[in-house]
Amino acid sequence: MTNQPKIPVDEEAKIEEKIAVATPATMMWWKFRKHKAAVISTVFLVFMYLLAIFCEFVSPSVPDATSARYMSAPPSTIRLVDVEGKWHAPFVYLTEMSRDPVTRRAIYTENTEVRYPIKLFSTGPAYKFWGLWETDIHLFGLGVADEEQRVMLLGADRVGRDMLTMTVYGARISLSIGLIGVALSLGMGIVIGGISGFYGGAIDNFIQRVIEFIRSIPHIPLWMALSAALPLEWPVLKVYFAISMILSLTGWTSMARTVRGRFLAMREEDFILSARLTGSSEGRIILVHMVPSFLSYIIAILTLAVPYMILSETSLSFIGLGLRAPAVSWGVLLAEAQNVRSIALTPWVFWPAVAVISTVLAFNFLGDGLRDAADPYAR
Amino acid sequence: MLGYILRRVAIMIPTLFVISIMTFIIIQLPPGDFLTSYAASLRAQGEVIDEDEMEVMRERYGLNQPIYVQYAKWIWGIMTRGDWGQSMSLQVPVKDLIWQRMALSMVLSVVSLIVGWFIAIPLGVYSATHQYSLVDYIVTFISFMGIGTPSFLLGLVVMYVAMNYMGLTVGGLFSSQYIMAPWSWDKVIDLAKHIWIPIAILAFNGTAGGLRTTRANLLDELNKPYVETARSKGLKEGRVIWKYPVRVALNPFFSTVGWELANLIGGATLLSIVLNLQTEGPMLLNALTAQDMYLAGSFLFLLSAITVVGTLVSDILLAWVDPRIRMT
Repeated sequence: MTNQPKIPVDEEAKIEEKIAVATPATMMWWKFRKHKAAVISTVFLVFMYLLAIFCEFVSPSVPDATSARYMSAPPSTIRLVDVEGKWHAPFVYLTEMSRDPVTRRAIYTENTEVRYPIKLFSTGPAYKFWGLWETDIHLFGLGVADEEQRVMLLGADRVGRDMLTMTVYGARISLSIGLIGVALSLGMGIVIGGISGFYGGAIDNFIQRVIEFIRSIPHIPLWMALSAALPLEWPVLKVYFAISMILSLTGWTSMARTVRGRFLAMREEDFILSARLTGSSEGRIILVHMVPSFLSYIIAILTLAVPYMILSETSLSFIGLGLRAPAVSWGVLLAEAQNVRSIALTPWVFWPAVAVISTVLAFNFLGDGLRDAADPYAR
Repeated sequence: MLGYILRRVAIMIPTLFVISIMTFIIIQLPPGDFLTSYAASLRAQGEVIDEDEMEVMRERYGLNQPIYVQYAKWIWGIMTRGDWGQSMSLQVPVKDLIWQRMALSMVLSVVSLIVGWFIAIPLGVYSATHQYSLVDYIVTFISFMGIGTPSFLLGLVVMYVAMNYMGLTVGGLFSSQYIMAPWSWDKVIDLAKHIWIPIAILAFNGTAGGLRTTRANLLDELNKPYVETARSKGLKEGRVIWKYPVRVALNPFFSTVGWELANLIGGATLLSIVLNLQTEGPMLLNALTAQDMYLAGSFLFLLSAITVVGTLVSDILLAWVDPRIRMT
C-alpha cells in the first residue's frame, strides 16, 4: 500500500519516455485513436466502400430487375419463428399481392404456408462481376427465381426494384465521385496554390483575384448552369466525369488557398532557409521539404472536402441536372423518390437519404479527427 | 474609411462586368439555342414545325447574331433601360419576372443568416466555455448533423413529418389565393405563415457552421494571456468572455458573410425547388433546362452580384469591427 503512489510516477516516466522517442506518425495515431467518433466513422466508411466495391456481389438483386409483382412492396419481414411457434434459421414467407378493389393500390400479404429460408452465397439474378466475369452468386438470397419470391430488406421502389440493391449500387457512383472530384481539385489546388504561395508577388496577386472571383459566384447556381449544358445524349460514364470536373472547378479554390497559406507560412521557416543555403533546387525544396510537412494537414482538409463533393453530386442529380437514370446514384434514386405521395406511402424509398447523411457525417467526423491528429504537438 | 469603401466599390465594378460576361458565356454553352430545344419539345408533342416561322423567331430574338453582339445588346439594355431581355419560354420581359422572386430569395437568405447567427453565437460561446460538458457534446453533435444534412434533404424530412404526423402539405410561400394577388397586408401575413419553415431549415444549416466557427475560435482565444490578465484584474467572468475573446472570435463571421451568403443562396435554391417556393430556384431550373437564356442569365448574374456585394459588405464590416485591420 505504501508504495502505491510510486507506480504512477514510474508509469508517467515510462509514458514520457515513450512520447520522447515516438515518431510523428505514431503520435498522430495516438491522437487520432483518442477521437472515438473518428475511429467509429473510419470503420463505417471502410464498410461503405467495401459495399461499393463489391456491390454486385453484396446486393441480392441487380439494378435493372424491375418487376410488376413487387411495385412499391414494403421491406420483407425476416422471421425466426413460424406461425406454429417453431424456430428456424432466418426465413421469409411467400409474399402475395392483391389489389385494393377501390383504390387499385397493391396490398402485400404473407402466405404462411410457404417458407423460404435465406441462404448465404445463394444463386440469384446473373451479373458480370466488375464487368469481367459472369456469375450468379450473391452474398445472400433465397435461391429461387426472382418472380417467385424475393428477400427485400429495404423494400422496393415504384417499378419494383430492390431498394437495398439500388442503394448499394448507388454507393459505387456516389462514393467514388467524391474521391475523383477531390483528387482533381487537389491536383489543381496544389499546383496553382503552390505557385501562388511560392513565388508571391504579381503572380500571387493575380491567382488570388481569380480565386476570389470564382468563389464569389454561388456554387450551386453555377453548377446548375454548367451541368444543364451537358448534352442529354451523353453516355453515363461521360456525364459522370463531366460532373466531377464541374464539381472540382470550384473545389480547387479552397484547396489552393490552404496550400498557399501553408507555403507562405513555411517559406519563412528556418529549415527551408537552410535547405536553400545548402543549394537545394526549388523543386527539391517543395517536394522533399515542404510537401511532407503539410501533407497530414492536406489529408485532413481533403477528407473534409469529400463529403461536400458527395452532397453536391447528390443535390445536382436530385434536381435532375446531374446524373440521370439509367445511372444509379443516391441523388438519382432520391430524385425518383421525390414526391409527396412516396413520402407518405412508401417511406422506404428514402433509404439513400440515410446513406447520404450517414456517409457525410462519418466523413466529417473522420476529417475532424484527422485534423486534430495532423498537429500532434498542439496542446 | 470613406476612401477604403470607394476603392472597394471601384474594384467591384470590373468584377461585376467580368461576371456578366462569364454568365453569358455559361448560358451559351449548351449546344443549340432556345429555339432548337423549343422545336424539339414541339416535335415530341407531334406538332409540325414551320421552318420559316422558326427563322422569323430566331431573327426577332437575335439568336442568329454572333455571341458578342448578343451580349453587347443585352448589357447595353440593362445599363441604359433596365431591360433584361425577353423571356422566350414565358413570353414576358425578364424584368417583370425576376424582381419579386429575387426579393423573396433575399428575404429568405438574409433572415436565415441572421436567425442562424442569433442561435449560433450564444450556443457556440456556451459550448466553448463549457468544453466537454453534456451541452457541449449535444451542441457539437447537432452542428455536425446540420453540416451533414443538406437543406434539400432536410426539406424532404420536414415534408415527411408534416405529411405523416401533422397531415399538412408543406410547400409554396403563399396560400393559393394569394399567389397572383397584389401585395397587401394579408399577403404579407400569409407569407410569414409559410416562410418560417424554409427559414428554419436554412437557419439550421447556417447555425451548424456558425457554431463550429464560434466554438473553435473562442477556444483558441480563451487560452491567450490577455484573457488571464483580464481575469486577474478582477473582471467579472461574463465580462471577461463577452467583452474581449468573443469579439475577436466573431471576426470570421464578418469576414465570411459574403461566402456564407453564397452558400445560403445555393442552399435556398435547392430547397425552393424541393418545397416549390416562389423564389428564384424553380424558375432558374426551368429556365436552364429550357435554354431560356436571358432569364437564366439574369438570375445567374444577379445571384453572383449579391455575393459580390455581400463580400464588399463583409469587408467593410470587418474593417469596422476589427480595428487591427486598416484600410489598405
